[in-house]
Amino acid sequence: MNLQNSVSADTWTVAGRTFSSRLIVGTGKYKDFEQNAAAVEASGAEIVTVAVRRVNISDPKQPMLMDFIDPKKITYLPNTAGCFNAEEAIRTLRLAREAGGWDLVKLEVLGEAKTLYPDMRETLRATETLAKEGFQPMVYCVDDPIAAKQLEEAGAVAIMPLGAPIGSGLGIQNLVTIRLIVEGAGVPVLVDAGVGTASDAAVAMELGCDGVLMNTAIAEAKDPIGMARAMKLAVESGRLAYLSGRMAKRRYADPSSPLAGLI
Amino acid sequence: MSLDGTAGVMINGEHRRVPAGTSLAQLIAEVGLDPHRVAVERNLEIVPRSTFGTVMVEDGDAYEIVHFVGGG
Repeated sequence: MNLQNSVSADTWTVAGRTFSSRLIVGTGKYKDFEQNAAAVEASGAEIVTVAVRRVNISDPKQPMLMDFIDPKKITYLPNTAGCFNAEEAIRTLRLAREAGGWDLVKLEVLGEAKTLYPDMRETLRATETLAKEGFQPMVYCVDDPIAAKQLEEAGAVAIMPLGAPIGSGLGIQNLVTIRLIVEGAGVPVLVDAGVGTASDAAVAMELGCDGVLMNTAIAEAKDPIGMARAMKLAVESGRLAYLSGRMAKRRYADPSSPLAGLI
Repeated sequence: MSLDGTAGVMINGEHRRVPAGTSLAQLIAEVGLDPHRVAVERNLEIVPRSTFGTVMVEDGDAYEIVHFVGGG
């Protein structure tokens, strides 16, 4: 099989579910549901993250996300965004499971509002409880290879280290730790948070990540649909580069044209 | 139960009065929601959707009714 064919057949599997697209996109911060749905389409994503919130009972006929992004076609990955301890996160995901029957969920337990850095003690505690209750938690975490192993042992079905703070668009700040997490993991690793533009997504994939999760980089682009397509291509090209094996780096120049036969 | 035969409940932090003998399914319909698109917590306990028709609303109940919204 040539490499092109092997990439087109290149799927990844999380908790027994197999996907072709390695890009997971969020559904927050868009101008409206139409733009959001168009961006999901352009991104080629098969999984979207969603939040669980109170219904507005004063105006129950407001348009709903499900009217625009069909959960029968796109896998909804309920998140725990905004939860600052294990109990809040577990409560949120129990409701999510009841609302849609999903056990594949995204756990994030935040430590503080300023950095939105994960609280790893609470995250680990919540992961253990969720796994015991039959959930399949994909877990947002710090870019720490030891914490990643601990989460995996606790029952995380995917490790999702931040590349940079949520919504910052700063790109992957620590290539070394992301690579170490990838090397040590027995479950899929996805960079979650920090991607700002296409090259950041490509870098994550070149490091050997199984996928990338992003929201703001697409939603806050001047043209979200164009950026969604750029991200799709970046994830694919980063993956292809990873599979193809990059050349070794040299300290100095090495001519590409033969030196023999020079006039 | 209050003297006028109604039950006072909290739904998503808002106070509502409903007639005595209202089921949870009726409460959800009264609010104007599709029961297949929401999850309900009653006094911090999840109510399975299959029991919406048999759970009776009681005076002083606190409900959280949630659904999926856009998020990252």
